[in-house]
Formats: sequence, structure tokens, C-alpha cells
Amino acid sequence: MSLKLVALSLALAAPNAASYAADKQIRVVGSSTVYPFSTVVAERFGRTTKYRTPIVESTGTGGGFKLFCAGTGTDTPSVSNASRAIKSSEVKLCAKNGVATIIEVKVGYDGIVMANARQSAQFALSTRDIFLALADKIPGPDGTLVKNTNRTWKDVNRALPNAKIEVLGPPPTSGTRDAFVELAMEAGCKSFADIKALKKTNKKKYKQICHSIREDSAFIEAGENDNLIVQRLRANPDALGIFGFSFLDQNSDTVKAATINGVAATFSNISDGSYPISRPLFFYAKAEHVGKMPGLSEFVTEFISDKASGEEGYLSERGLIPMSASERQDLNGKVRLALSK
Amino acid sequence: MTNTPIRSPLSASAVAGLKKRYRSESLYRRLGLGAICASLGFLAFLLASILQQGGGAFFKTEIRFDITAEAQMDAEGDAFILLRTTLRNSLQGANTRAARRQAYALAGADAEEQLQAILNGTQSTGATPGDPMPFSIWLSASDEVDFAVKSGLVNLMETDAQNIGQTRLTTTQLNWLAKLESDGEIRTPFNLGFLTNGDSRDAERAGLGGAIMGSLFTLMLCFVTSFFVGVMAAVYLEEFAPKNLFTAFLEVNINNLASVPSIIFGLLGLAIFLNMFGMPRSSSLVGGMVLALMTLPTVIIASRVSLQSVPPSIREAALALGATRIQAVFHHVVPLALPGMLTGAILGMARALGETAPLLMIGMVAFIADPPSSVLDPAAALPVQVFLWSDSPERAFAEKTSGAILVLILFLILMNGAAIMLRKKFEKKW
Repeated sequence: MSLKLVALSLALAAPNAASYAADKQIRVVGSSTVYPFSTVVAERFGRTTKYRTPIVESTGTGGGFKLFCAGTGTDTPSVSNASRAIKSSEVKLCAKNGVATIIEVKVGYDGIVMANARQSAQFALSTRDIFLALADKIPGPDGTLVKNTNRTWKDVNRALPNAKIEVLGPPPTSGTRDAFVELAMEAGCKSFADIKALKKTNKKKYKQICHSIREDSAFIEAGENDNLIVQRLRANPDALGIFGFSFLDQNSDTVKAATINGVAATFSNISDGSYPISRPLFFYAKAEHVGKMPGLSEFVTEFISDKASGEEGYLSERGLIPMSASERQDLNGKVRLALSK
Repeated sequence: MTNTPIRSPLSASAVAGLKKRYRSESLYRRLGLGAICASLGFLAFLLASILQQGGGAFFKTEIRFDITAEAQMDAEGDAFILLRTTLRNSLQGANTRAARRQAYALAGADAEEQLQAILNGTQSTGATPGDPMPFSIWLSASDEVDFAVKSGLVNLMETDAQNIGQTRLTTTQLNWLAKLESDGEIRTPFNLGFLTNGDSRDAERAGLGGAIMGSLFTLMLCFVTSFFVGVMAAVYLEEFAPKNLFTAFLEVNINNLASVPSIIFGLLGLAIFLNMFGMPRSSSLVGGMVLALMTLPTVIIASRVSLQSVPPSIREAALALGATRIQAVFHHVVPLALPGMLTGAILGMARALGETAPLLMIGMVAFIADPPSSVLDPAAALPVQVFLWSDSPERAFAEKTSGAILVLILFLILMNGAAIMLRKKFEKKW
């Protein structure tokens, strides 16, 4: 190895003072559900403004807040995406590290669908069916809790097809799983009066019953990658998969969604709130960085503009379900006020 | 042989044993050959399936449109309006709102920029906006069109096409494409952008440029750090260090470190380089250093082995002629051991090139659209790009993912090839 080569590689590797400006680039962290939308906005923003394209990391909602709340320095993220509202414990953590004002921005809604291959039978499920098919323990014939032994959908509900229960879903670390458990399983669970009554008397037990998914082969943890679930549905006509609406939207030619409580998983049904398994998506911006981080308030404004998250916006093409016009107007006013402070 | 009247020097039982030994030898040989064939078969299957899926990523579909003078006058230099007018006018029957939307959906996300570049160009050449020249241009097509053209679906009806190749294009769109194709207005040239562009959420624009730059920066830093530190450590341990309990302890630890899971090094990098020293997150500087930590044990072990293979007679001759220990080592032993050390280092680099887990911890697994221009800039790396694309909802990214894997494999082949060449060229037989 010649000395010249060594010198050259050292010179190239040497810190270049000019590029220290890199830490003045907007950083976005957080939920993997919001990531596909956040990246689209970031890219457009970088292309159409004089600012650099923000860096978007997919860390999961909880991991995102940990980084976001680490402090107010310009090396900490300015924005954290979340597929749920911020928890009070996270607000406390933020406050402890000097992040006192957090601007909450609702982006739109996301539906969670249960889909199967297009050539298979159309499922019409209720949240009660979902609970009876997937819960670890279910009420037996005499009302006491027994281990779930339902093998086919017909066992769950006579009206359903006589097919093996085989559901591919996300692992417990995923936000989609949390939302599915809270919105679908718990709703089905509550349809039993005994268990519903338990909520008041023994909340811990209630949660344990409603939130536990069975651990036999009926529910298969298929990893965080929703594309893999879609691919496996294509190969396995018996299976149902649980994933976000944007993946259904992009693969509508190969998979179709089950109706839940009689409501189809369509754009308009999720948007008006009639589809039961849907949740709001958020991002949170650091007020301390507004003005300090070049382009931050412009980035937030771009995200909430009609062009992006409006009814006909480019995010709706990617599967984001926009808020109603009045809700958007409300939010726009609030956010603009917070940014101008 | 047993039938020959000539007396064999071997007894009958020995001959029978010999036959058995020959038989078992040929069996072993066949088994070995079978094992190699099986593993080659797996490799060929893997490569063929990736090639089949990812080969298309190196080509992109383009459609030729004639841009009329009138359309340019109406657009007044705005590429967005010009593109939409052109699409409307060139595609027959695009007059209802729904049909117009279908027409607009044929153009790729970067078509507008292509047009804008031309418009800016004509303005700078002095042609007045009032008197534009008609021209024709190859515009990039959307990812759905790209998929349909590559899988030969454009001549089918919507339902047939959906059954065969899974497309979301409508019959109207497929008819337009069929007409364009029969007129020779569709081509699929080499997609240079796939190797030079930065990451993008539009599949037709997404490229590996940023990831390749990031990987180069990261590997260079990793090589510089781990090679020099590793070689010095190996030389010290092998040539100068006393053989005592402490060096034995060091040796055990180095061997241990070589088999520690790579994510641990990511955690170490997060704790030390980011949290303690405050180095820039997501930068290839930190990435290179983390990967250097990971490859260091491999380099040290390879370098020690290669130092051990230099015969002691070389050292002894040098010392006998009056050289000092340092002179003997650096003038004679290290140059002779260098090819082996480099081979070890390159194999270590090849492993580092394929790592994502440690990079996850230091923020290099992120959407980074701008290619890095220095080691301090945020950067992705090739395996990271594969990971991110495989998780994208848009289906066109499946092809891109396989394409990126092909590029990664190509880099690995180059590096491993270089390692073999170095060994062959400088290898010394004692």
C-alpha cells in the first residue's frame, strides 16, 4: 500500500469544517406508520424549498419520543411522528429535559384492515368474531373463561366460512398491533356483559382478558414488514393478514379487506369514522426549535397544507386518510398560532 | 486382479481391504462433489431469482411526447401546466375529468422536472417565450406503467392484465399504452439514475447514489481505522509482547470479540461516539468507526496469522546482520506479511459492507434524500437501502430492492475478488 493512497484516504476522511452545518438539518423520528407519509412530505419540501431535505428515521412511536425528549439542542430531533397521542409520562420526560412546549399536529387517520387474497371468500367479521377467534381466553358455554380452542371461523360464528383460523399479524413491538388490540379485540371483548362489568371492578383482569392474543398457530407473528404479510396472503388463500390501510390501497389488485361490523374498509368509511378499527396519526414539533432550526415552521406548514394532507392532497394518494374539512380548519388555525408564538 | 496368475505381493485379504478402501474413497469424493454442487445450486437459484426480479430496475420506461408550440405558449414556461396539456392532447379521449386524471397518472414523478429543465434551457438560449419551437421529448413514465410495460401487459384488457401480472392500470390506460407502444413511442433505456440518484419515495426516481456514496465513505473510514490499528496491535502482540498471563488474556478477548453479534457494536457506538463525544448522528463518520470496531478483531487475527507464517529464519537473518528488532520487523517481516494482512482486512470490509444492525443504532437507517458530500453528512448505506425499500408500500420498490441487492452483491464480488488477487500476486512460498 503506497503512502500516497494512505494520505489521500486520510485527507478525504478528515473532518471538513464547512459541513458541520449538517446538524442544522431537520430531523424527524418516530412511528413507522407515519414514516411513509413523513418521507413524502420531506422529499417534496426538500425539492421545492431552499431548505435541505429533512432526515426521517423510523424508530417506532415510543423510541421516537425518547430521542425527541432528550433535549433542546439542534442535534436532537425537531419532529416526532406518532401513531397515538403523546403520553403524560412522555410529556414529563420532555419537560425534565427542557422541552416545555410541544406542538401537536394531527395528520389524518389510518385504518387497520384484515385482508385475504382476492380469489378467496369475502369475510364479513364483527369485532366479537375477531375477539372469539384471536383471544387467548374466551367465555365458555357456561360463562366461565376457557382457553380458546376455536379452530375454524365456523366455530366462531356459524355464518362465517368453514376455513381454518390463520391470521398473520404484527409482533407486540408494533404500534399497529397495539391499535388492533385496543380497537378490535377490546371492542369485541366488551360485547360480553360480564367482561364489560369487570372493567369497573378489576381493571387489570379486564385488560388481561381483552388484550391477550392466543399463542397457538391460529395467530402468526409475521414481523414488522407489511409487504411480507401481503406476499404471504397471495401464496396462502386461507390466511387473513392484519396491516395498515396504505398497504391495502397499494395492493388492492391482489388482496381484499374483510368488512368489520358490516362496514367496508374504504377511504370514505375510515375518513368519516364509521370503520371501527381506525386511529389518528400525529406528529409533534418542538416549539423551542421554531426559528432556531431553519425551515421547521415551513415544514410543519407544508405537512398540514391542503396540497399535502387535504382531501385531494398527495398524501391521500399514498393511503393517508384525511380529516374532515372542519377538523382540518380547526387544526390549521391552532398550529399556525402555535408556530407564530 | 485377483484372477491373474501372477502372484500379487498382497495377500487376498489385503486386496479385498484395498478394494473397500478405494470404494470408500470414491464415495467420499462423490459426496464432496455433491455437497459443492448442492451449494452451487442454491447460489445459482438465489442469484437467478434476484436477477429475474431485480434486472428490470436497471431499465426505466420512457414515453415520447410531442410538445407543440401552442401548448408551450399556453403554459408560459410552467412545466406543470405544459405536462398536463400535453398528456391531455396526446392521449385520445382524455376529455372527462376521470379520463384526464388517468392520463396524468401515466407520467412519472420526475417528468415535470425533465420538462422544466428543457424550458429553462430554451429560455437561456434566447428563444423568446412568445415564439416557442415544437419539440419531442422522452418523458419518464410512472411506476405502474413501468411495471406493465416490462411485464408485457399493455396489449391486454384490464381484467386479463390483473389476472396475469397484477396491475392497477385501467383498460383506458392500457389501450393508450398499447397504441403508444405500437407507434414506437415507448422505450426502456438503461436507467443511469438508479445508480446516481439519491433516495426517493417515488420509485421511478429512487436511486442508489446516496447509498453507494455512504457505503464508500463508511468503508473507507472503516478500512483506515481498523487496518492501521489492527496491524499495529497484531505486530505488537506477535513480535514484541512478552508471553505472559496478560497477553493470553488479551488474546482470549480478541477472539471473543470477533464473534460478538454486530448489534452490540452499534449500541457501543451509540453510547460512546454519539452520547459521550456528541458526534453527528447518521453520519458515515460514526458508521465507519462502529464498523471499524466490529472488523478490528478479524483484522488482528488475520494479521497475526500472516505474521506467524513468515519463517523465523528471516527475523534471525536480519538480527544476525545487525538490524534492531524494529528494523527486522518493519523492513522484513511486515512487508512479507502484508498481502495476508490486506486479504484479512478486505474480507473484514466485505462483512462490514453487508451490515445493517449496528447502523440502526446510530441512525443511519433513515430516509436521507440528499447524497452525502462528506463523512459528516447524514448518509445511508447499501444494505440499509435494501432494508428500507423492502418495507415500502409501493409495489414498484420490490424491483428496486432486488436491483439494490444485485449492486450489493457486485460490490462483494469485487472486494472478494480483490482479496484473492492480492493473495495470488504477492503470496510467497517458503
